[in-house]
Amino acid sequence: MINLETPRKHAALVDQAHQLAMNMLRPISRKYDRAEHEYPRELDMLAALIDGVSETGATGGAGAGGVRRDDVAQDSGRVRNGANLASVLSVAEMCWGDTALLLSMPRQGLGNSAIASVANEEQLERYKGTWAAMAITEPGVGSDSAGITTTAVKDGDEYVINGEKIYVTSGDRADSVVVWATLDKELGRAAIKSFLVRKDNPGLKVERLEHKLGIRASDTAAITFTDCRVRAEDLLGSAEIDTRSGFAGAMATFDNTRPLVAAMAVGCARAALDLTRDLLEQAGVVIDYDRPAQVQSAAAAKFIQLEADWEGAKLLMMQAAWMADNRLPNSLEASMAKAKAGRVGSDVTLSCVQLCGTLGYSETELLEKWSRDSKILDIFEGTQQIQQLIVARRLLGLTSAELK
Amino acid sequence: MTRTTDDVVARNVTHSYGGGMYLMKTFRPGGRHGLSSRETRDPIGLAVAAVNRLAQSELIDRLGLRKKTEQAVFATTRNGFRVATAVGRTFARAGSRGTGERPASATSPGIFDLTPTEDEQLLVDVVGELAAEMVRPAASAADAACAAPVELLEAAQEIGLPGLGVPESLGGIMEERSAMAGTLVAEALAHGDMGIAVAALAPGAVATAIGLWGTEAQQQTYLPAFTGTDVPAAALTLSEPSVLFDPFTPATTAVRDGDGFVLDGMKSAVVRGAEAELFVIGAVLDGTPALFLVESGTEGLEVEADPSMGLRAAALTRLHLTGVRVGQDALLGDTDGTAYAECVRLSRLAWCALAVGTGQAVLDYVKDYVNERQAFGEPISHRQSVAFMVADIAIELQAMRLVTWKAASRAARGADFAREVGLARQLCTERGMRIGLDGVQLLGGHGFVKEHPVERWYRDLRAVGVMEGVVMV
Repeated sequence: MINLETPRKHAALVDQAHQLAMNMLRPISRKYDRAEHEYPRELDMLAALIDGVSETGATGGAGAGGVRRDDVAQDSGRVRNGANLASVLSVAEMCWGDTALLLSMPRQGLGNSAIASVANEEQLERYKGTWAAMAITEPGVGSDSAGITTTAVKDGDEYVINGEKIYVTSGDRADSVVVWATLDKELGRAAIKSFLVRKDNPGLKVERLEHKLGIRASDTAAITFTDCRVRAEDLLGSAEIDTRSGFAGAMATFDNTRPLVAAMAVGCARAALDLTRDLLEQAGVVIDYDRPAQVQSAAAAKFIQLEADWEGAKLLMMQAAWMADNRLPNSLEASMAKAKAGRVGSDVTLSCVQLCGTLGYSETELLEKWSRDSKILDIFEGTQQIQQLIVARRLLGLTSAELK
Repeated sequence: MTRTTDDVVARNVTHSYGGGMYLMKTFRPGGRHGLSSRETRDPIGLAVAAVNRLAQSELIDRLGLRKKTEQAVFATTRNGFRVATAVGRTFARAGSRGTGERPASATSPGIFDLTPTEDEQLLVDVVGELAAEMVRPAASAADAACAAPVELLEAAQEIGLPGLGVPESLGGIMEERSAMAGTLVAEALAHGDMGIAVAALAPGAVATAIGLWGTEAQQQTYLPAFTGTDVPAAALTLSEPSVLFDPFTPATTAVRDGDGFVLDGMKSAVVRGAEAELFVIGAVLDGTPALFLVESGTEGLEVEADPSMGLRAAALTRLHLTGVRVGQDALLGDTDGTAYAECVRLSRLAWCALAVGTGQAVLDYVKDYVNERQAFGEPISHRQSVAFMVADIAIELQAMRLVTWKAASRAARGADFAREVGLARQLCTERGMRIGLDGVQLLGGHGFVKEHPVERWYRDLRAVGVMEGVVMV
């Protein structure tokens, strides 16, 4: 039966996340936007709180974890609202609080999502409690992640990793890094595997932290790997190079993380909409969903347009997560959600600044900050253009050689 | 239709050449031919206009230069031609003035779910088949003829579409509130053709309104006709032909008179107005908009063809109301604007569903086209500028669908859906039109000619943000 509301079973979780965001993240939001690279100590307590909530087993966690498609037998044809929906909804709430602080949440890194998505049972157990960052991008390789140059060479029961990674979110603060490296450049994307490297590994070095447009509370590191040795068991998933399934293994992570990034954009944009609506109404602007937009004030009409696009983005995000919960293939829908949410995030936050004038542009309010934070959400985990490529190839049945 | 084509020509001629004063008046620019009232004509302009007027005169007709076929479709394709409304059947009065039956709201287990119920899926499958096998092949001809084929309207009747919004206890087909089913049906039917879909769904809008807000008497008087085998044409009419029209402040008025009402005004977007036997008309009563049931043939009702940019198969007309007297039992629903507001929202919901169905038709069509069409030695789909347009159509279309479904499911559950339908309408208007626009662009010159359906979808999709009333779920 068609129903697109927040699932009844997740309502409490969403409320909880909203309260956390309002009462723990918002008060320190501007502080750590200004104090870039300073560790937000307040988050340690929050993380402990979230771990406590997760322990009850009632939730999928309030952060970017818990996206694994577990192998629990599907209950006979029943529609499931599970961990994926719970995650996107709570991530959206937390990013309504502060996107950068959500990204800085201990033990909730994107690497944790990768582990949850592709690690085997033994690894899951061994990595329990780690805070894992994700290292894919290189100075010369961005969207074309099949072209990465970092190598992993088998040496006995170890792999030796060499290369340079940039834009590693939480690369400084996390205690481990999931690194993408190729076993054999000649074999292309099929040979790309991910490895878990502990931060205390002597072959790993954090070279520097980036100064950024937005999400400044989140540390973004450049990391080098020099003859960095890891145990063979730290290769996530299968070590086999299967040229037929190709990149699928590594890329499967994205089906789970893209809805999460969409959720970040949805949350960040909602923050801007909520405040802007309040400010507009204080200024006497009436927003009426019944009257035609063209007979309302231009500000009200613009607001309704923004909210409509936002609603569309949110429901695409929920659709992608719902499909994952129900073990339906969702690569197309995950990319659709991220494409829509990414551009809506920018449009909403930037338009809200415009609607609010210098009040929105000034650091007095957080609107200008949300406009800076939202931009990265249309870039990382696959840019707008990469999402369009994925959607177009799937819709049109084209290969990457045909539609470049 | 009683007047002949000759009468009309004669009338036009009289008007045009009734005297010098009239001539000067008609040559004053502004308000005609798409000219703004700021335009002025200089002497050369006046001379050119006079020559042009002559060129359009009856002389050409006398010389037999005008095609007979053009006159054959006069009544439905040319405006400025008024006739009395159809002399319809007599709806036998029955029942009391007490509250009528009301459909029960659907109840949800509170689970996020995008799967239609079994009943809904069955209905969608049947309607989808009708859309693919009968509606789509008939669409182009229906557009040209400004009429929906009778056998298609009968097929919709056979499936039971007019009774979709009518409670089962009154002969309808659904046990519960059917806004969701209605949305899915409108979407599926519009995948065939929006104009035909509108013509087929129009009687159901009137029946649904009576099912939702009718008194026992109104339900027993009118609904049997809509759930039977000979369903009358009927029109839910809220729109008026004025700029910045707001359905909540219509210019059409209802004034209390004795134990009835007198209606005055003009309505537009009246589907099959010449054939309609029953109208639901929006008018202001004591400062608040309300709905009135008016049977065709009532004195003071006149219908005028109003062919428009698209939806031509729906045979749009204008309805003139001049001192139309109706009884006390003509009032449909309350006088505090509640039923009226819900009617506006449910109608917009149906338009959103039509936009989604038509948008899907565009997507399906251009997908195949860009993969087949070759340029520079390869399918044009191999170019990002083309492929990304297709991707964006798919992305925005799915967003439109989900927001529409959310509004519909809320309506079916009896929850407040004003916000959701407002957002759905915004999205389906703007993004839907963009889909129509890009659909034509992707076919280039081929999109501009009637050999392909994309130009029709372009014209139809413009209707979505413009229309009020007409269809309802």
